[in-house]
Amino acid sequence: MRMSLTRRMALRAAGALFGGALAVGSFGAQAQETIKVGVLHSLSGTMAISETTLKDVMLMLIEEQNKKGGLLGKKLEAVVVDPASNWPLFAEKARELIAKDKVAATFGCWTSVSRKSVLPVFKELNSILFYPVQYEGEESERNVFYTGAAPNQQAIPAVDYLMKEEKVQRWVLAGTDYVYPRTTNKILEAYLKAKGVAPEDIMINYTPFGHSDWQTIVSDIKKFGSAGKKTAVVSTINGDANVPFYKELGNQGVAAKDIPVVAFSVGEEELAGVDTKPLLGHLAAWNYFQSIKTPENDAFIAKWKAFTKNPKRVTNDPMEAHVVGFQMWVKAVEKAGTTDADKVIDALPGIEAPNLTGGVSKMLPNHHITKPVFIGEIKGDGQFDVVWKTKDLVPGDAWTDFLPGSRELEADWVTLKCGNYNTVTKKCG
Amino acid sequence: MKRLLRLIGAFLLLALSSALAPAAAQGEGSIAGFAADDYSETDKALGALAASARPDAPAIVEALRDGRLLASPSTKLVVYKDAKGATLDAATGLPAAAAPADLAPVRLNNRLRRSVDAALGSLTLMSSDPARRLAAAQSAFKARDANALPALEAALAKESDARIQRELAAARAAILAAKADAPEAQRIAAVDTLRDRGDQDARTALAVVVANSQGALKATADEALRHVDSGLALWANAQNVWYGLSLGSVLLLAAIGLAITFGVMGVINMAHGEMVMLGAYTTFVVQEWIRAHNPALFDVSLLIALPLAFVVTGAVGVLIERTVIRFLYGRALETLLATWGVSLILQQAVRTWFGANNREVGAPSWMSGSFELGGLSITYGRMWIVVFTIGVFFALQLVLRATPFGLRMRAVTQNRRMASAMGIDTNRIDALAFGLGSGIAGVAGVALSQIDNVSPNLGQSYIIDSFMVVVFGGVGNLWGTLVAALTLGVANKFLEPFVGAVLGKIALLVFIILFIQKRPRGMFALKGRAVEA
Repeated sequence: MRMSLTRRMALRAAGALFGGALAVGSFGAQAQETIKVGVLHSLSGTMAISETTLKDVMLMLIEEQNKKGGLLGKKLEAVVVDPASNWPLFAEKARELIAKDKVAATFGCWTSVSRKSVLPVFKELNSILFYPVQYEGEESERNVFYTGAAPNQQAIPAVDYLMKEEKVQRWVLAGTDYVYPRTTNKILEAYLKAKGVAPEDIMINYTPFGHSDWQTIVSDIKKFGSAGKKTAVVSTINGDANVPFYKELGNQGVAAKDIPVVAFSVGEEELAGVDTKPLLGHLAAWNYFQSIKTPENDAFIAKWKAFTKNPKRVTNDPMEAHVVGFQMWVKAVEKAGTTDADKVIDALPGIEAPNLTGGVSKMLPNHHITKPVFIGEIKGDGQFDVVWKTKDLVPGDAWTDFLPGSRELEADWVTLKCGNYNTVTKKCG
Repeated sequence: MKRLLRLIGAFLLLALSSALAPAAAQGEGSIAGFAADDYSETDKALGALAASARPDAPAIVEALRDGRLLASPSTKLVVYKDAKGATLDAATGLPAAAAPADLAPVRLNNRLRRSVDAALGSLTLMSSDPARRLAAAQSAFKARDANALPALEAALAKESDARIQRELAAARAAILAAKADAPEAQRIAAVDTLRDRGDQDARTALAVVVANSQGALKATADEALRHVDSGLALWANAQNVWYGLSLGSVLLLAAIGLAITFGVMGVINMAHGEMVMLGAYTTFVVQEWIRAHNPALFDVSLLIALPLAFVVTGAVGVLIERTVIRFLYGRALETLLATWGVSLILQQAVRTWFGANNREVGAPSWMSGSFELGGLSITYGRMWIVVFTIGVFFALQLVLRATPFGLRMRAVTQNRRMASAMGIDTNRIDALAFGLGSGIAGVAGVALSQIDNVSPNLGQSYIIDSFMVVVFGGVGNLWGTLVAALTLGVANKFLEPFVGAVLGKIALLVFIILFIQKRPRGMFALKGRAVEA
């Protein structure tokens, strides 16, 4: 009996101690409360090839910010989820991030379809998404900040370059069969026709995702190019299909000096899997290239290589978009003094952050940012040599001026509080 | 007004400075233009170099083309590395003394690359090496630069090699036909030369003439263009057949391993694509090792990778069979799910090990480029894949028909119990057969690494096509697989020009669905007892 009593007491004492420890533990946790940042990029499946890098870059940026003392006196904490290249899963994971993990902002998505899939979630739960990839435009949402290029920051300048510098008169618009290439090509077709290009001088071609047999299409391009007029290919071919496409171009001897190919989805990362010697001189249009020499960029590349512990790792355009977007978010949170979504959304337009190419990008009222546009030629080492750039930063235009139905629309979340204000009917929506 | 004045002032200043800059550059000799790091300065320097009678001009232009011409913007020193690796001062042709720190290759853009080719063409037209003369004549034909006409005519007069003569004549004709101030008779004769040539480059040249001429010349050129077009259309059909065969051989190569594991053994093997991927990654590892340790072996890297890929994927196949599949024989649905799981595991394992990015597998020199066969343009890579596929196919037939292992394997597939009663270790045969199928998939991966991405997703893009081929051809029949692959390849390539790649693929799938409705066992159905097995 005594024994059992003491045992019970001992147990109780132990329980109290344990409980105390728990309480102390939770006090400790409260003292170290963090601001959570969601990272919503595919780490498996088809898109892992492009998106894994962006997850890594976010981790690096957050680690760096924490070294600087965090944000609002708190540490940042990355919450990484894997939507596995599965579009409905993107929405589920986004919900999990916002509702369960209570993230202050999310950096994520690559394909337009994944962005469209998470949109309703961000609207419903009123949170912030930073989207870092060049896209087809025709969208401006209150909860989304587009740090990648709109068509007027990539496609249109590239076509202008080919027209002026290479005197191109015949155009092949080749793309993968999904929303980004189709919309971009629609815009480009309208633009080219407005510039006086005859319909028979435009060839449009779509291929399935992951297309690997390019023999017929490359020989069609050769044939199309033998009409005696300078011909160029504008490629919106997506990721994986590019390697076999470029290999076939190289093998069939389509050299850049005869028929240049300008690509919108091929960057340093994609070329890391290709022998680029036969591709010398083919072009890409982006808002950032690893080869651009600025002190900011050199420092970033060095940090990135140290962070990934891989001296061969390359940097690319969507990474820079995350760098700029993350800085803008940090500044906006500091300006608002809180991570509350509504206040940060209101604080973001007008925020400026230095980009890696020597300029200062600004968040615009339409939730797009200003960016420089560069045209680069592929070099033998898988890097790009910048052959042309815009004089100033180009403001991103959410609604293109070259399509009917889109021309009249305007996005302005500061004065109009509307993402698709019709300037003709003077109505929102 | 004030702004206008300031503008004019700025403009004058700009004009003055740009007028001074070339003068300064000329003071140091045209070669220094390469050090300006400005495309138009490089172009001027190139023009001056090509016009100069310097004997080392071709060497310097070639160095420029290959990125061996280095310039230092600060000291205006321009040097080039010759073929032996020696560094020479481009201004004097003497060995360069000291190398400044900011020495970097002179940059080129597409416009300059065209100028370089034109310059090199006119500089090497008189070269003593026939191969270089031929290349020069061909590039002159493509460039159609009117300024090259005198050099071409001089070269044509001296040329003795018939093939080079033909190229030179074509180049001359292409220029003359488009030359507005040439006599009309000469131009018509030139058009005729192009008409007889009849290839795609001749078509381009003719199209230019048609667009910029009138009267008799236009009529002749128009007729010639139509003639060339009809010739090209004929060749286009032949080309389609070749593309079809080449696509078919890729399909066959991907499907042939599956014809063993699925076709002969009856295992719905969803991990088949991943075996192809492992084969491709084996090639990558071999090439990495060769790059690091013995670059001289690069051209035979694929030959080294072939047996290794077979062993690696074969071993993985045996492992999968022993640990997973052997418990699931006769349970088709469970096998499907289990192998699907295995495929995901393998994919993610490779992704973790090698990273999600594409890996670079280079093409050995004998697999790069293309050659012309009549009006056909055949790429070496595709040609070797066709040859290789045929080789693999017949080697497999040989193994199945002429070896004791093949005999036992066929015995086990036809009647497992009877084979077992005859003393065949059926477990062992199952494992080996699965290993053989997987090994062949790995070998296919070596070849496919040449035309596709080497990424963890490589296998996924082939698995559906492979099943399609095996089912269409008739399960359990290797010849059926061969015929099915080639039929689908050729049909796809004939559909593609008319309906596009997306619709073409859909049309083929619809066709196969209808075909399977009519003949559920595929084109060549096995008859008799084997069917029940």
